[in-house]
Amino acid sequence: MSPDSPIAAPALGDAWPMRDKVAFAGIGTTRYGNFPETDSYGLGCEALNAALDDAGLKPSDIDGLIVNRIPTYERFAEMMGINPQYCLLTEAPGRFSGVSLALAAQAIQSGAAKTIALVYGNNGRSNRMMYGGGDSQWSPWGMTSPGATHAMMWRRHMHQFGTRHADLGHVSKAFRDHACLYPAAVMHGKPITLEDHANARPICEPLKLLDYCLINDGAVAWIMTSAERARDMKRPPVLLSGYARQDAFHYGSGPADDLWYPNLSATRSVYDRAGFGRDDIQGLGIYDNFSPTVLLSLEGLGFCKQGEGGAFVRDGMLALGKGRWPTNTSGGHLSDSYMQGWGIIAECVRQLRDDCEGRQIPDVQAMQYICATNIAQSLILRRDS
Amino acid sequence: MSLATRLKPLVDNWNRPFWDACAEGRLTLQRCKTTGKCFFPPAPVSPFTGRPEWDWITASGKGELWSYVVFHQSYFPGMKDELPYPVAMVKLDEGPFLMTNLEGMSAADAKIGMRLRVRFPGGPDGFFLPQFGPEGEAA
Repeated sequence: MSPDSPIAAPALGDAWPMRDKVAFAGIGTTRYGNFPETDSYGLGCEALNAALDDAGLKPSDIDGLIVNRIPTYERFAEMMGINPQYCLLTEAPGRFSGVSLALAAQAIQSGAAKTIALVYGNNGRSNRMMYGGGDSQWSPWGMTSPGATHAMMWRRHMHQFGTRHADLGHVSKAFRDHACLYPAAVMHGKPITLEDHANARPICEPLKLLDYCLINDGAVAWIMTSAERARDMKRPPVLLSGYARQDAFHYGSGPADDLWYPNLSATRSVYDRAGFGRDDIQGLGIYDNFSPTVLLSLEGLGFCKQGEGGAFVRDGMLALGKGRWPTNTSGGHLSDSYMQGWGIIAECVRQLRDDCEGRQIPDVQAMQYICATNIAQSLILRRDS
Repeated sequence: MSLATRLKPLVDNWNRPFWDACAEGRLTLQRCKTTGKCFFPPAPVSPFTGRPEWDWITASGKGELWSYVVFHQSYFPGMKDELPYPVAMVKLDEGPFLMTNLEGMSAADAKIGMRLRVRFPGGPDGFFLPQFGPEGEAA
């Protein structure tokens, strides 16, 4: 770790040649839960078929394939009968949902492929996936698991800014309330109170059970193509207006001593890239592997000042029908499904196609996705007008 | 169970001198020859210049508590009896951070910013894991 490496922010206002050029033409999600009778291949096929049906396409229309958390692209392509001209398996961490999206957009824009299927499949629940343990740099000291990294950073945040564990309850509760509006969510029908959040079993203090994402089986597929081609397909296209990313690896071996604030702040360039600002956005999708990342994301992208995230969410700011920034309207990773960003981005697309029924954001024109990790990213999706 | 049942460190060509020094009761760091800044974990090059120009130095062994967590979930069979156990993130006076444990004090007494000093009470299979306790007390 070299604590004082500067973060090179992308130049604000630089022209971004990809604005509104690439679109989501279809999305598909599976049921979520514990499905030992299938695996990530089976779930991935199910999601991709749903996405193809949604877009009105067949496997032979796909000439690009990106898979994630599915063991091999060859076997998956073989199963679906796809022989693409562009194919890739991306890394397992959830930050790669956004990375995969950007790679697909670049491939489409450069002509490497016309219509790309991006397929995420996860059978971590039935597989008894353990996020933690095993040999690593810090395992002799018992330091392991992504949750512990976030717990370490959140303790520091509380010390530095006076935030409290109770602030996170407003995040967990808002997302659980949203899951209760979404029949497919794992935690549908299981409301929680702020007291439940405060009294939950500690996992890695200061974080407790309801600060942690779910672990469940399921899959998500997106079909991406050019905006032009998408306009001739079955559903209204959802356009990728802006994407910004800034990595910071100087603390790659441990929790981030800068709480990812500098690299998250650098991704504020997403507004210039999209060509419109925060006021033109109606809802958010925030990568919530652990509840603190939601506050780090809001602070980093400038929704509030650094350290004020707790106060910002306290009065229902993230709650549908109440706050200015309805966030993770299907329940996010905390309460809908742990699809590592893939499901959250799919929900943003559903919002922009008015597919959300009882959890629909009224008059939504644009949605913003934020992912707080060492690969900080934000993207803005909008309706095709 | 004790430090003896912890997982062994992953030893490589770069951190072997670090672990050898721990066995002699010394905390060592690589220091960049160009910038004079220290870095950890051990690496083939200085992250400040990208060049293989560095020296090993014996660090002060002192630092401050930057943050800490308390594990309630069991991830390592050899640490099951230590649950709940703290992991401390210590900012060494030389700059780098270490993940470590608190020795000679409980997590309930931990205060961010408090001064800490290294000690080497033991470890698995001939290794000595750096642990940290209050600066004022004898190591």
